[in-house]
Amino acid sequence: MTVAGGVRAVARIVARDDGRGGTSLPVLDGDGPLAPRRTRGSGAEARVVLVGAMSGPLGGDHFSVEADVEAGARLRVGSAAATIALPGQSKGEARYDVRLSVADGGELHWLPEQLISARGSDLYVTTRVDVGATGRLVLREEQVLGRVGEEPGRLGSRLRVCVAGRVVLDQELACGPGAPGGWDGPAGLGGSRAVGQLVVVRPEFADVPVTARPLGENAAVLPLAGPAALVSAVAADALRLRRLLDEALRSLG
Amino acid sequence: MSRAALLVLADGRFPAGGHAHSGGAEAAVKAGRITGAASLEDFCRGRLHTAGLVAASLAAAAALGVDAVVLDEAADARTPSPALRLAARKLGRQLMRAARATWPSQELDDLARRFPKGAHQPVVLGVAARAAGLGAVDAAYCAGYESVSGAASATVRLLSLDPFDATAVLARLAPEVDRVADRAVEAARGVVDEGTDALPAASAPLLEIGAEVHAGWPVRLFAS
Repeated sequence: MTVAGGVRAVARIVARDDGRGGTSLPVLDGDGPLAPRRTRGSGAEARVVLVGAMSGPLGGDHFSVEADVEAGARLRVGSAAATIALPGQSKGEARYDVRLSVADGGELHWLPEQLISARGSDLYVTTRVDVGATGRLVLREEQVLGRVGEEPGRLGSRLRVCVAGRVVLDQELACGPGAPGGWDGPAGLGGSRAVGQLVVVRPEFADVPVTARPLGENAAVLPLAGPAALVSAVAADALRLRRLLDEALRSLG
Repeated sequence: MSRAALLVLADGRFPAGGHAHSGGAEAAVKAGRITGAASLEDFCRGRLHTAGLVAASLAAAAALGVDAVVLDEAADARTPSPALRLAARKLGRQLMRAARATWPSQELDDLARRFPKGAHQPVVLGVAARAAGLGAVDAAYCAGYESVSGAASATVRLLSLDPFDATAVLARLAPEVDRVADRAVEAARGVVDEGTDALPAASAPLLEIGAEVHAGWPVRLFAS
C-alpha cells in the first residue's frame, strides 16, 4: 500500500512443527514489494523465498519482515535477488525492519541475498532476533556499497541477537555520505566495498565454544559472550565476501 | 566537583596500564593501513565514532549510577572480538587497582568484588569518575579522548612518527571528541529511562578483525 512519502509493506511467516516430522507454514503473508513463496523443502525443513515484486526500498518506504519459528520447526529463508536501496521521490530515509524469533528446539536459516546501497539512497535496516535457549540460528547479512563502480548511498544497520533473553550481539554499522567520519578508513572498512556478518547460534556452543581465529587479514570467527559466534568480514566485492562467509560457515561444521 | 580530579583521571601517566595497548594501531600499522599522520587521523576518527562512542556512553552511564553488571553485559554484546573483551577486562582490572588506591569508595569495592577478573574498562572508568566526585560528562570525555590518544601515542612508537604530528592529530579531532562526549551523555541519560538498548552500538569491522589477527602474532609490541 502507498502512504504519504512511501510504500509500507509487511511480510509475515510462521513455521510450525506439523507433528509428522515436517514443518508447516500456517502464516505466509506478504504484498507488493515483499512476497514470500514456499519452495520445495528438504526433510523436516520448510523453505521460503522472498520475491521482490517491486524495486526498492526507495526513500520514504518502510518494509518489514517478521518470521517466527515455533518449537521444533525448521525454516530456511532466502531471497530471489539482491535488494537494492534506491533514492526515491520523497527525500526521507527508507527503513527495513526484520524481526525473527526461534523457539526452543526450532531452527532458522536466514540467508537473504545482498543489500546493495545505490548512490543517493538512504536506508536504515534493523534486524532483531530472539532465539530460545535450545534454538538454532544461521543468519547472514551482506551490505554492498554501490553497484559496480558507483558511490554508495547512506546505509545504516543495527543487528541485535538475543539468546535465552540475553543480548549476545548488538552491532551498528554506518556507511556512506553523512555517516560519522572514518567509516571507510583504516579502522572501519579500509576502502572495502562489501561488508558482511554471519551469526551462528547453537546450544552446544555453551559447552564447547567456537575457537576465535582470523580468516586471512579481512575476516575473523568471533565467539560471542553466549552460545553464539559471529563471522565478521570485509571484502573488495560481493563475490569475494560471499566466498569468505561460506568458507567460515563450513569451518564451523 | 573538582576539575583537577578530571586531570588526574585523564592523565596518560595515571597508572592504569593503558600505555601497553595500542587500540588496534599495531595491527593497522602492520597491515599497511596506517602509514603516517593522515592515515592515523582517519584511523582515530573511525575509532572515536565507533568504539570511542560506545566506551564514552558506557562510562557516562556508569557515572550516572546505572547498574554496572547490566552495563558490563551491554559492553560484552558490543564487543564481538574475544581478544578485545579480554583486553577491556584486563584494563578494567588495572584501572580498578589504581582508582581504589586513589579514590577509595564503597562502589569501587563492590564492583571489584563482583568482577574479580575485571569489568569492562569504560564501566570501571565511570564508577571511578563517581568516586572522584566527577560527573557523566567528565567520564564521557575521558573515555572518548582515551579512545584516540592511546592509538596516537602507540603510533609514535610503531612508526617513529613525529610526536608533534601525532599531537596535532589529536588537536584536530578535538571538536569531534566534544560531539561524541555530548552524544554519549545523551545516550547515558536514555539508559536511565529505557535501559541499555539506548546505548549506541557503533562498530568498526577492521578493529574487531584486526584484534584477532593481532592476538595470533607470536611477538607483539603492544598487548592489543
